[in-house]
Amino acid sequence: MKISREDVLRVAELAQLELTPEEVELYRKQLDEILTYVGKLNELDIEKVEPMAQVLFAAAGDVHPELRDDTLFPCNYGEAVLAQAPDAQPPFFRVPKVIEK
Amino acid sequence: MTATWTIPTIRAALAAKKISARELAGEYYAAIEKRDPELNAFLTLSKDRALAQADRVDAAVKSGAALGPLAGVPIAVKDVISTQGVRTTCGSKILENYIPPYDATAIERLDRAGAVILGKTNCDEFAMGSSTENSAYGPVRNPVALDRVPGGSSGGSAAAVAAGLAVASLGTDTGGSIRQPGTCCGIPAMMPTYGRVSRYGLIAFASSLDRIGPFASNISDLAEVMAVIAGHDSNDSTSADVPVPGYTQNLEKSVTGLRIGVPEDYFGEGLDPEVKEKVQAGIALLEKLGCRRIPLSMPHTDYAIATYYIVATAEASSNLARYDGVRYGLRVPGSTLIEMYRKTRERGFGAEVKRRIMLGTYALSAGYYDAYYLRAQKVRSLIARDFADAFLKVDAIITPTAPTPAFRLGEKTADPLQMYLADIYTVTGSLAGVPGISIPCGKTRLGLPVGMQIFGPLFGEVRVLQLARAFENAGGGA
Repeated sequence: MKISREDVLRVAELAQLELTPEEVELYRKQLDEILTYVGKLNELDIEKVEPMAQVLFAAAGDVHPELRDDTLFPCNYGEAVLAQAPDAQPPFFRVPKVIEK
Repeated sequence: MTATWTIPTIRAALAAKKISARELAGEYYAAIEKRDPELNAFLTLSKDRALAQADRVDAAVKSGAALGPLAGVPIAVKDVISTQGVRTTCGSKILENYIPPYDATAIERLDRAGAVILGKTNCDEFAMGSSTENSAYGPVRNPVALDRVPGGSSGGSAAAVAAGLAVASLGTDTGGSIRQPGTCCGIPAMMPTYGRVSRYGLIAFASSLDRIGPFASNISDLAEVMAVIAGHDSNDSTSADVPVPGYTQNLEKSVTGLRIGVPEDYFGEGLDPEVKEKVQAGIALLEKLGCRRIPLSMPHTDYAIATYYIVATAEASSNLARYDGVRYGLRVPGSTLIEMYRKTRERGFGAEVKRRIMLGTYALSAGYYDAYYLRAQKVRSLIARDFADAFLKVDAIITPTAPTPAFRLGEKTADPLQMYLADIYTVTGSLAGVPGISIPCGKTRLGLPVGMQIFGPLFGEVRVLQLARAFENAGGGA
């Protein structure tokens, strides 16, 4: 068994997910099965292999794609963006109190 | 009858004033109204936007102005692609009422080409799934066989075109989510090279894998949509600044002499015998058309699913951290900020999304990063190398698209790993970044469509489309 109940609870906390006791057991079992399957990656000798993070870097060889210039341009979307917020008080998003005094 | 329209026949009918764009849109909305209650392919219809666009096309026809390449063509769009003013849910409760303030670049290009966007299609939540059963808005049914899944995650986009409810559609493919539903519904479906189509405005699942691509009822229409959506976009830093060749102009070129690689690794255990037989017959047809068959070995194929489910879930866990109830979408109140995050995510996300966030978080967490994420990225290099080596010897690679035809609704929902294995032949190309197409290559005895997959080298869409077109012209789809 690769995954314990404690692992599931720890990961749920990191991922900001609240799980029911049933979900904890279901995910423990399913993640365990999936990670056991993923264990087949251990069959390969990868010591000298470079990790591949990005297709285009790999396609371009060692040449990194050009980065755009860091130029300012007007961005007048504030109102439209705030209109989608569950609780906006323009120009802010309102959230429950973060800092206790 | 809507199913008979293609992009060229629409172009001709509009020019000859045999139909208006508004009438055509009306025909499609009538068909949707009639058929979609049993399919559930659409989540939102964008009638106001569609009819306004149709009127612009009709005004251009009337004034004799030049028409865009997709003028009046009714198109459906997967609900993970942002459409200004039109609700975009990602198949999730967490974005149930989200209305994007801007268009994705792909949408802007369709718009500029004159396409009429009919509405947004159902999909697995955040594009995570292979059957469209993970949608928070109910599953899509396969128009070919209603008790079966349409594939996924772009199941609504595939079903809409297959049922004649749109002439073409956009989907997204992260591990097979365009090609596999294309197969299940019996229509051509294309995943372009990574970076070929801008993802600006695509709501992210796994950023090193996600791609936008089209479905259509034939290869010529598929190429026409590709020609409109492909190309560099300065709003997407992962979009490639590589010239786009003429997809439509080069479509009918001869395929004689092309070397087609057939990797034995894709024809082993787990492949349905009827699917195998049809794909072998498809390869024989390509040989008859003058292609040279070259046996290949792609030894890391068997590691692709394991690699994919670490890489994709790790990226997803990071991308989906943004759904916290602060800026958009659902908010479930809590007495503290953390409590609000957790309650919002608990209620807003479905089971598969939570499962993948958990898996990805685990793979990235302290103490496990090297064993899972880093290792998977290294194996990804080996899989990409299999493709690079193969394309030194061949012009294209031919495989089955999926190991089985469309399965029954509910058949795999209890076993996530079995569901993941539906993508066993598609995730390889996703990891390598190469373009791939799925084309119909016959039906099983039960009448279920079988798909053949053609991979090309990076930015080699033209070659893939030519082979697909030659196959289609030779009657390979029947």
